[in-house]
Amino acid sequence: MTVNADSTFYRVVASPGGAIATVFLATVIFVAIFADWLAPYSFEIQNLPMANTPPSVAHWLGTDEFGRDVLSRIIHGARTSLKVSVVAISVSVCVGMFLGAMSGYLGGIFDRIVTAVVDLTWSFPEILIALIFVAIVGAGMYSTMMAIGIAYLAQFTRLTRAQILSLKNETYVEATVSLGAGPRHVVFAHLLPNALPPIIVAAMLATGDGIILEATLGFFGLGAQPPIPSWGGMMSNGTAQIFTAPWIIIFPGLMVALSVIAINMLGDSLIRALDIRSQVRPA
Amino acid sequence: MLGFAAKRLLLLLPVFFAVSLIIFLIVHLVPGDPIDNLIRIGATPQQRAELAAKYGLDKPLFEQYFLWLANLFKGDLGDAIVVRRPVATLIAQNLPYSLTLGSLALLFSTFVGVSAGATAAVHRDSLVDRGIMGLVLLGSTIPGFWIGLLLILAFAVQLGWFPVSGARGWSSLVLPVLTIGLGGTALIARVTRVAMIDISQKDFILLLHAKGLPNWRIQIFHILRHALIPVITVLALRIGWILGGAVTVEFVFARPGLGTLLIKALNQRDYPLVQGCLLMLAIAVMLGTLIGDLLQAAMDPRSRDALKS
Repeated sequence: MTVNADSTFYRVVASPGGAIATVFLATVIFVAIFADWLAPYSFEIQNLPMANTPPSVAHWLGTDEFGRDVLSRIIHGARTSLKVSVVAISVSVCVGMFLGAMSGYLGGIFDRIVTAVVDLTWSFPEILIALIFVAIVGAGMYSTMMAIGIAYLAQFTRLTRAQILSLKNETYVEATVSLGAGPRHVVFAHLLPNALPPIIVAAMLATGDGIILEATLGFFGLGAQPPIPSWGGMMSNGTAQIFTAPWIIIFPGLMVALSVIAINMLGDSLIRALDIRSQVRPA
Repeated sequence: MLGFAAKRLLLLLPVFFAVSLIIFLIVHLVPGDPIDNLIRIGATPQQRAELAAKYGLDKPLFEQYFLWLANLFKGDLGDAIVVRRPVATLIAQNLPYSLTLGSLALLFSTFVGVSAGATAAVHRDSLVDRGIMGLVLLGSTIPGFWIGLLLILAFAVQLGWFPVSGARGWSSLVLPVLTIGLGGTALIARVTRVAMIDISQKDFILLLHAKGLPNWRIQIFHILRHALIPVITVLALRIGWILGGAVTVEFVFARPGLGTLLIKALNQRDYPLVQGCLLMLAIAVMLGTLIGDLLQAAMDPRSRDALKS
């Protein structure tokens, strides 16, 4: 299966869901990158006389308990959320693909060990795995990154392994092997590129879950530590203000929800464009 | 069936050892002297010596693990550093709250999920189907704790129908159960719908229609009944996720429970308590999966063959 990038992209953007999701996510990424220029206020300078003011012309989304602008903190929080989930899932995908490809192609004792470990972690919810990891390395933005990466490792190892196993016996692979190609060439030049489309889509959907996991750890007070703003951390501080200033909780949560919904919509339209539903989301 | 249950239980042993080993190692992987991680600051040298003797901290790591396991089976999980009480007592106090919340949420998401999925399947490709599945997608993508916070805002702060937090009486259970349940409902509805549509296309259903059986009887007694097998499988897998959800939601609603205990312990670096809570949660996930597998084997004899190799 060869994927023509242009036509796939066209088919994704041509569907209404895919188009809206693409525009929304592009905006979030743009805002996250240029947060320093776009945020109307500083995310850390406190202004106590202005604490807990409702949304107004000066502060579109209101201020928090320290008088900091909620919008500016959400804009900077986008950077934290995206950075953590994208880096975590990228590392997870790379390591998972390597492990999955090795165990799928080589088989034998290596495959058994990898499969055993993957099956072991598979039955545990990601949040529990992430919490075990945070217990070891402590709270913070980088340990959240690693925790999320490890929590999703099993998924990508499993997916890559299944892909490699189904591709391994294709005629063209046999032909390549009989022409004298070594295992490294077969795996990296033939198997992995063909296994890629479902892995990319799964990675995308996992990035959405990663954003939720990051927000959850942040909400527990275990994510990025103050003064670095994160969506989860903002909501965590906001719970004490739930009676007086609910906007501190509502807007960061809305951003998490919208981003994750957009990622899922984009993922779904990619699945449809590539026609790989059975491989990524088997019911 | 008994043979299958025994084999399945045996398979759980290596998993238990692996998981408990990881949890045991937490104290040793954290930077610093393990004794400092297990005892409060300002402990007398005598107390430190007692602790070192109990856990055999001068012995090789391997032996320490088995000492720890032996203590574990005696019901001794050590003492919590901050609240200065046995970890086992704290867990015993908090576990019932988590169990109530978890099982009610499981019931809720099963009941609502199966009804929603079945309704969508019966009215396939209509507006009803699209509406239900749209809501379901929404429910599965919104982070659980935010739903919880919104429910608190709407029903506790604004309307004042339910308490904001705590665990006093049944009314304090409504919002947390709803929060966890909504997340689980989505998946169960999706699986029910797909399974029912799949089975409704089988030949024996066509035969039942030809025999002139009323449609509602076919839908409920023949299609739904068969469709419940994959639903149970997913439910079994979901038990772990519901526990994970309970961890988050307990914390949002400031309810007592294992989750709240764990998060507090993590924030206070109370390692004996962290170990105890993580171990209990892991055991709960393992038991949940086991129960799910046994239920599935009881319903579908073919699935027992999976272990016959």
